[in-house]
Amino acid sequence: MSGLYFHIMKELDHFILDVEYSFDKGLLVIEGESGAGKTTLLNCIAGLTSPDEGSIAYENSVVYDSARKINIPARDRRIGYFFQNYALFPHMTVVENICYGIKNKPEYKESQKREELVAYTEYVMQMFGIHHLKGKYPNSISGGEKQRTAFARAIVTKPKLLLLDEPFSALDDNTKKAVYREFLQIKEVFRIPTVLITHNPQESNLFGDHKIVLKHGRIL
Amino acid sequence: MLSPILLSLKIAIIATSISFVAGTLFAYLINKKNVPCKDLLESLLTLPIVLPPSVIGYVLLAALGKRGFIGAFLLEHFGIQIVFTWIGGVIAACIVSLPLMYQNVKAALISIDPIYEKAARTLGSSEWRVFRTVLFPLAWPGIISGTALSFARAMGEFGATMMVAGNIPNKTQTIPTAIYFAVEAGDKQLANALVLVMTVFSFVMIFALNLWLKKKSCTGGGVEK
Repeated sequence: MSGLYFHIMKELDHFILDVEYSFDKGLLVIEGESGAGKTTLLNCIAGLTSPDEGSIAYENSVVYDSARKINIPARDRRIGYFFQNYALFPHMTVVENICYGIKNKPEYKESQKREELVAYTEYVMQMFGIHHLKGKYPNSISGGEKQRTAFARAIVTKPKLLLLDEPFSALDDNTKKAVYREFLQIKEVFRIPTVLITHNPQESNLFGDHKIVLKHGRIL
Repeated sequence: MLSPILLSLKIAIIATSISFVAGTLFAYLINKKNVPCKDLLESLLTLPIVLPPSVIGYVLLAALGKRGFIGAFLLEHFGIQIVFTWIGGVIAACIVSLPLMYQNVKAALISIDPIYEKAARTLGSSEWRVFRTVLFPLAWPGIISGTALSFARAMGEFGATMMVAGNIPNKTQTIPTAIYFAVEAGDKQLANALVLVMTVFSFVMIFALNLWLKKKSCTGGGVEK
């Protein structure tokens, strides 16, 4: 399985989340009303929440399997997670936020590879057009800049899977149009299997290679 | 006059350092990790806030005295006597200052949005790195408040210190005990001087803390470098 496979069962407050799906490559859009279990599903894939039962695998590795008692911790899943409100660390500058994940990599301790990682970080920042914001703190940049910083932070670690929780929901309509164009380019350049949660059918049609709709924890 | 001031400072600095580490560690473990008997542990930690100092002093005396289960052990195996030494004063100051440190750090930790911890984990951080690079810096204002209050409490500790360390001039006499005995002996000049030192010291510390916290809130939260 080079893309993503998940079968997740988890008892939530008002229903049981029970979903199974797989795709080889591209971007999976998950649509659904608030409280349908979309973010819980993403958290299960990322290892931030444990399902009650099921199995999750991507890029030829199983990260969770209740039957085989496999549960790889979030830090070892090599996932890029874009949180709904960006979750940029408020006490770190833009560059510190972006480099945060890089510093967790074992190869960062080797000076030669560290230089490569730093050069790659520069490339990603240039690509997202946030190089000039390096020394700024998240509370002093705009919503669009925060969004691009959060994208860069999620992508710079070269994740095996990208999880995006409503990445465009906080942007105004004018900013959205520009960001949509950028995101299509990024999708083409990085080609990482991606799961995108959205309420917006336009985003679904624009980005989705696959699509599922969740309602009360089930795929419609 | 200098001896009780220096001893109070020495006791307060050591007790606050211990409370800083223990209070931060307990606040983290109880409020962010799954440790067993959380409620029991938290109640025990905060108990000294509601207990009269004389009760704390009595319990410490019973445990650390020559016939106490800890005191007898230490004396027999290591030749260490705690009661009526400055170490007894440190232990008493630790017990009364730890709850203040714990409560402040707890309040700071639970006010941090858990999404930052989640983000750090998905970016490959170990639990130690999450604590060191995310939780600790974001809880820093609460940790500083707790440290300042713990220090002030340790400096001002009287009841428990009296019972455990006594009032031996140049050995265990702290500012509060020196003031009490100066008043009893009718030495108003010494009492006034020590009261002035204590009041000025505490005022400056609280004033500086408030200024710093105000400055932090004006810069919009977080810990900017």
